[in-house]
Amino acid sequence: MLRRAALIAVPYAWLLALFLIPFLIVLKIALSDYALSIPPYAPTLDLSEGWEGLRTFFAGLDFETFRFLTTDDLYWKAYLSSVWIAAVSTALALAVGYPIAYGMARAAPEWRPTLLMLVILPFWTSFLIRVYAWIGILSSEGYLNQILIGLGLIDAPLAILNTNVAVHIGIVYTYLPFMILPIYATLEKMDESLLEAAEDLGCSRVSAFWRVTVPLSKSGIIAGCFLVFIPAIGEFVIPSLLGGSETLMIGKVLWEEFFNNRDWPVASAVATVLLLILVIPIVLFQRNEQKQREAEG
Amino acid sequence: MAQPSPQQVFAPWEDPSETPLIEFRGVTKRFGDFTAIDDISLSIFRREFFALLGPSGCGKTTLMRMLAGFETPSEGDILLDRQDIAPVPPNKRAVNMMFQSYALFPHLSVWENIAFGLKRDRLPKDEIAARVTEMLRLTRLEKFARRKPHQISGGQRQRVALARSLAKAPKLLLLDEPLGALDKKLRQDTQFELMDIQEKTGTTFVIVTHDQEEAMTVASRVAVMDEGRLVQVATPDVIYETPASVYVADFIGDVNLLEGRATPVPEAGEGRVDLAWAEGQPPIRATTDRAFDKGQQAWFAIRPEKVTITPGRPDEAANAVKGRILDIAYLGNISTYHVELPTGHVVKAQTANTRRIARRAFTWEDEVWLSWTATAGVLLEG
Amino acid sequence: MRRFSWFNATSLTLGFAFLYLPMVILIVYSFNASELVTVWAGFSTRWYGELLRDEAFLDAAWVTLQVAVASSTIATVLGTMAAHVMVRAGRFWGRTLFSGMIYAPLVMPEVITGLSLLLLFINIGLDRGILTIILAHTTFSMCYVSVVVSARLVSFDRALEEAALDLGCSPFEAFRLVTLPIILPAVISGWLLAFTLSLDDLVIASFTAGPSATTLPIKIFSSIRLGVSPEINALSTILIAVVAVGVITASLVSKRSAIRQAEEERAAVRAEG
Repeated sequence: MLRRAALIAVPYAWLLALFLIPFLIVLKIALSDYALSIPPYAPTLDLSEGWEGLRTFFAGLDFETFRFLTTDDLYWKAYLSSVWIAAVSTALALAVGYPIAYGMARAAPEWRPTLLMLVILPFWTSFLIRVYAWIGILSSEGYLNQILIGLGLIDAPLAILNTNVAVHIGIVYTYLPFMILPIYATLEKMDESLLEAAEDLGCSRVSAFWRVTVPLSKSGIIAGCFLVFIPAIGEFVIPSLLGGSETLMIGKVLWEEFFNNRDWPVASAVATVLLLILVIPIVLFQRNEQKQREAEG
Repeated sequence: MAQPSPQQVFAPWEDPSETPLIEFRGVTKRFGDFTAIDDISLSIFRREFFALLGPSGCGKTTLMRMLAGFETPSEGDILLDRQDIAPVPPNKRAVNMMFQSYALFPHLSVWENIAFGLKRDRLPKDEIAARVTEMLRLTRLEKFARRKPHQISGGQRQRVALARSLAKAPKLLLLDEPLGALDKKLRQDTQFELMDIQEKTGTTFVIVTHDQEEAMTVASRVAVMDEGRLVQVATPDVIYETPASVYVADFIGDVNLLEGRATPVPEAGEGRVDLAWAEGQPPIRATTDRAFDKGQQAWFAIRPEKVTITPGRPDEAANAVKGRILDIAYLGNISTYHVELPTGHVVKAQTANTRRIARRAFTWEDEVWLSWTATAGVLLEG
Repeated sequence: MRRFSWFNATSLTLGFAFLYLPMVILIVYSFNASELVTVWAGFSTRWYGELLRDEAFLDAAWVTLQVAVASSTIATVLGTMAAHVMVRAGRFWGRTLFSGMIYAPLVMPEVITGLSLLLLFINIGLDRGILTIILAHTTFSMCYVSVVVSARLVSFDRALEEAALDLGCSPFEAFRLVTLPIILPAVISGWLLAFTLSLDDLVIASFTAGPSATTLPIKIFSSIRLGVSPEINALSTILIAVVAVGVITASLVSKRSAIRQAEEERAAVRAEG
């Protein structure tokens, strides 16, 4: 029994100390106000003053910083724009990923493990490098513009890098495996005789695809969309490397508030609101997973 | 000491001076609201091959897991060698178990699997080697010692599991559906092998099975379980010939059950009871050692092979009824006839096929007579 | 039979081209002699040489390696423990909170994880450096390890542990002698996952690293911000090659052993019949 308690206590204590408590600190600082001091917020908790200190500390906490977020339209625009960019990228990733997953599921069984490995392999290579690779392709003197000019399709180089288009490409590229894998998993399990039955009952191949294959892969599609959408909202690396000055994403805003403006309360409040926004898709995703597990018994 | 008898029959349970190896005393096990074991008291003796028999969910596996130490009773005591074993953890019990899935360690060779328990006892190396060799010989696995579990067949895996659990020479060996994963032919061979090994090693075996044929073949005594209770504990022949209840009669083998009202007729002989079972039919004459009241509800249970089938009315039968053949199940060595009586009852009768099929006496729709003696069946209270 | 149409073939070809072409271009241009990354001026390995002479990169690589080895090892121990708790411990006080804390870091934006850990370290007065990056990386990668290991533990036959106990093992011996060797492949993939996550992480390291410790991703990020450089191309090529060789070798090894196991099982069945 003692052993069991120790087994639980060690990882539990670690997560409490390095996950939950840090987050409570974020919440506390979000409720504080910006101050020109070190640390740059007020009030600070002074336990040496005992109960009195605790009382003045709690009295100093307020929602002033959150109110500030609503007054400056930078923040709500950044949240909206993050959700919008994430949603568009998710749709694009689905459009690109579904045909790949479908092709993999219909490939000869002896090829499938290799194809699967080819999808997973980029996932193991550095995220930063994969984003970096696109800078060379998309920049005004980059490979894409060189080819397009060389083919005579355009006269002047297209400005793609440092726009939202580049951000979309970056998100689709880096998160594509997350879209392909769950869809492939549902398609691969699908019974081929269902399609034969559909055709036997008078469906054309195309309508059998839309009426049988797509509905049956619904849970994979939903899972894949959430797996792209959720991390894309809080993305920082892609907008800061591929996006331009007009690209507004909340991860970038948070970073700049903290490192450039040294406004810890605002950065903390931005983080808190971001987490509240993320709770919705995370709960929906969990419910989808649960439903799928129940369906599989 | 067992009482000296001319045949040297092994029956320690009949000897009041014998102390049991295992004793369950009013054991109950509950999982939440569910009662898996309901107030069981049971004694198992040294060198017994004891079978726990019942359908799945009857509590037989729970009973065995309590012996191994993986479950603790909610109420009551379990004694091993007169010692309460409740506080002893599984790794400190002189009890070993052969798992239904065999639970062979996939990363260890056959040799290492068998040596596993011996190494835990910190025995000297040569002693371990000698014991493993002995076990390999006992289970005829010498050639496979260096193989990994996935490199041997199902039957060989079963023998490795047996050797591993016997290696520590436990006081008690528990076998959880040991033959369940084998195909029928292999299972029958292995049953005899198990009995042989049990005899050679002198270990007490407790086997859990849902296969009544298997229990009857291997066991010295069988405990039939239903919904967490013991229904009957007796030798296989007693269980078969004189089942204690309709449940046991029905669970073990094939049986005809006829319901009726009992009337004791002591003047016709000791234990004679008549059963009025249908309008316009003579009562069934049966003998029983149970007491029945007049008019008490009772069931007459008779095995199909004890029912004789003849074309005409037999002269000297205690019981005889006329019927019509509804169905014939030809099983090679025997045939089972389903005979419909005028009352609508269907009675099964079995005959051994000592002649070739072409000369078979009966066919569908034939009018036949069924007959049996007064002692051929048993009268049960339900 | 499944029908593999021209549409399937096209989408696979285009899809994999999309996934791999950017990396292929990166690798090819790392051998470019020119200082201008986008203009090909002949084959050269000069940027690899420059990279190996660049002290700042080598220092960053050394820091990254130390952090990755330390954090992935601690994370594997903690994550395996956590997986055991999740799968085996049954009910205990605060179980929901525990599993929440295991899954939350998987979906938590890195900026938030990084920010919260930095604020913690400042609050408790811990100087930022290698130690704080290790603590941060261990925290989020132990959750990944625990997910990988619990997936394996769920399908683990408990009878094996019971058999070990039955044969005289203490619970810890049963884990060390039976459970651990069998789940070892999952534990190793957990370690590898934690290792690559740590190697790869920019955001959390940027928050938790002080001026004294710069990891490779931080160094790469700051030089990419100034534009594409052939040195970074060379570095990327090395990293891609290491990962590709590692992953392909691992999958070939596991595939071969799966094939051998299947053959041996067939042979055992034939031998019996």
